[in-house]
Amino acid sequence: MTESATIQKELDVYAIRQQFPILGREVKGKPLVYFDNAATSQKPQSVIDALLNYYTSFNANIHRGIHTLAEEATAAFEQTRDAVKEFIHAGSREEIIFTRGTTESINLVAYTWGRQNIKEGDEVIISCMEHHSNIVPWQMLCEEKKATVKAIPINDNGEIIFEEFEKLLSQKTKFISIVHASNSLGTINPVKKIIETAHKKGIVVLVDGAQSTVHLDINVQEMDCDFFAFSSHKLYGPTGVGVLYGKKKLLEAMPPFQGGGEMIKQVTFEKTTYADLPYKFEAGTPNIADTIALKTALDFINETGKDKIRRHENELLKYATAQLEQIPGLKIIGKAKEKVSVVSFVVDNVHPQDMGILLDNRGIAVRTGHHCTQPLMDRFCIPGTVRASFAMYNTKEEIDELVKGVQRAVKMLS
Amino acid sequence: MNNNKTISDTEQEIIEEFSLFDSWDDKYEYIIDLGKRLPHLEDKFKVEENTVKGCQSTVWLATDYRDGKILFKADSNSTITKGLISMLIRVLSGHTPNEIADAKLDFIREIGMTTHLAQTRSNGLLAMVKQMKNYALAYKIKEQTS
Repeated sequence: MTESATIQKELDVYAIRQQFPILGREVKGKPLVYFDNAATSQKPQSVIDALLNYYTSFNANIHRGIHTLAEEATAAFEQTRDAVKEFIHAGSREEIIFTRGTTESINLVAYTWGRQNIKEGDEVIISCMEHHSNIVPWQMLCEEKKATVKAIPINDNGEIIFEEFEKLLSQKTKFISIVHASNSLGTINPVKKIIETAHKKGIVVLVDGAQSTVHLDINVQEMDCDFFAFSSHKLYGPTGVGVLYGKKKLLEAMPPFQGGGEMIKQVTFEKTTYADLPYKFEAGTPNIADTIALKTALDFINETGKDKIRRHENELLKYATAQLEQIPGLKIIGKAKEKVSVVSFVVDNVHPQDMGILLDNRGIAVRTGHHCTQPLMDRFCIPGTVRASFAMYNTKEEIDELVKGVQRAVKMLS
Repeated sequence: MNNNKTISDTEQEIIEEFSLFDSWDDKYEYIIDLGKRLPHLEDKFKVEENTVKGCQSTVWLATDYRDGKILFKADSNSTITKGLISMLIRVLSGHTPNEIADAKLDFIREIGMTTHLAQTRSNGLLAMVKQMKNYALAYKIKEQTS
């Protein structure tokens, strides 16, 4: 108790909560308990203000204008690129490409690097716990190229079986796309070890950081991944912006993704030359406002302190796991040693959807269903789970509410 | 089910029953109870062609056509969905294809269950209402052509 009190004091979760206006609202007459952070996080006032400030003070199209507003907007937009570079410790700002989100980042790589390099008979490796957005783009690519997608199996705890991964590697393996932290299970994958093994065989690796970037320290140079993808909205930032990090050498060799303005050097009807990195991959007017506000979100995380946030979230994860496990008939899905703050569970004879409806009735927002990871649900022979995912603003008192809500729902449904 | 009552009579009955509840918990407790009491659908009916798939829960819907009236039987893997189905069956089963096709089913909104028809819930209820109406249209056409 004293230990956890110190940790909470260190983070000052109650002061943090004050900065998230939505946490003050009620749902079904009860104070909102928001445990759907793995789907999207809530936004602090500073991020909301940044959006408002852009539109009220310096809205302009970027990069081409010579007027003051355009200069201010361009500067703010490019500052976010620098902030992202720092946040994930990339080597240069040219390696940071803005997209619509993780899904578009992965698709960009599949369409450009993939189309250029994957040939008939080649193999692309993913894992059993991928989100559909890291399955379908590779299936589409492989269908087109007559190549094959193979999945690394996992054990009952929801961890990758490393020996099985090594067995999958062959001369045919050209690419690995692997999730850093599972959205359904919370498992943190040993990406560094995977990348090291892959690189020895000359295989290129993409890491899907949609779930990990908000929880873990990301250092793409130390990790040595070739590509890294994540979304702003899971990082307390606005929706509609994502990032693709790519090693400069790879990005330079890749063809553009989309054609249009911004991504060109010179256009004639005979021949177009493309702009340098990163603009080659940013055709058209980007999502200026949301990209600018992403920097505010990163500042917010940096000021709060990622290590403090991580300790707090780990404490919540430990507490929630211990409390939920005491409920008879409840089974936690995903018991990896290394996890981000996600707890997925099923209860005997209770459909996850019914649990979700009854929890919503008490103002508790969780996610139910297959979490866009149907192959993973098949692996565990379940139609879906109830998932509670925690952010920096969540508290143990809220977890107590969840536990009470689950107990009550089980009683009502059985 | 009751042939003497119109669809809107039964809808009204349900609305009145629900007006007695003052909390969402009570409403759901009642719906769950209805779900638990819905007669079990034999496995032979739980086949692909009777499946109405939602994103999260599955509904099986079987029909029988007797004396110009449609009888519905259904089941789901979600207890709450079963409860909602039970009300739909109570309202629609035993009526003619025309009556079912024209039914407004306002009671769903009146008892505050509209969220279950929303796209976000995707729990098969919306798909189930559509499927019941489709059956009505199909039987209507069959009747007209025979």
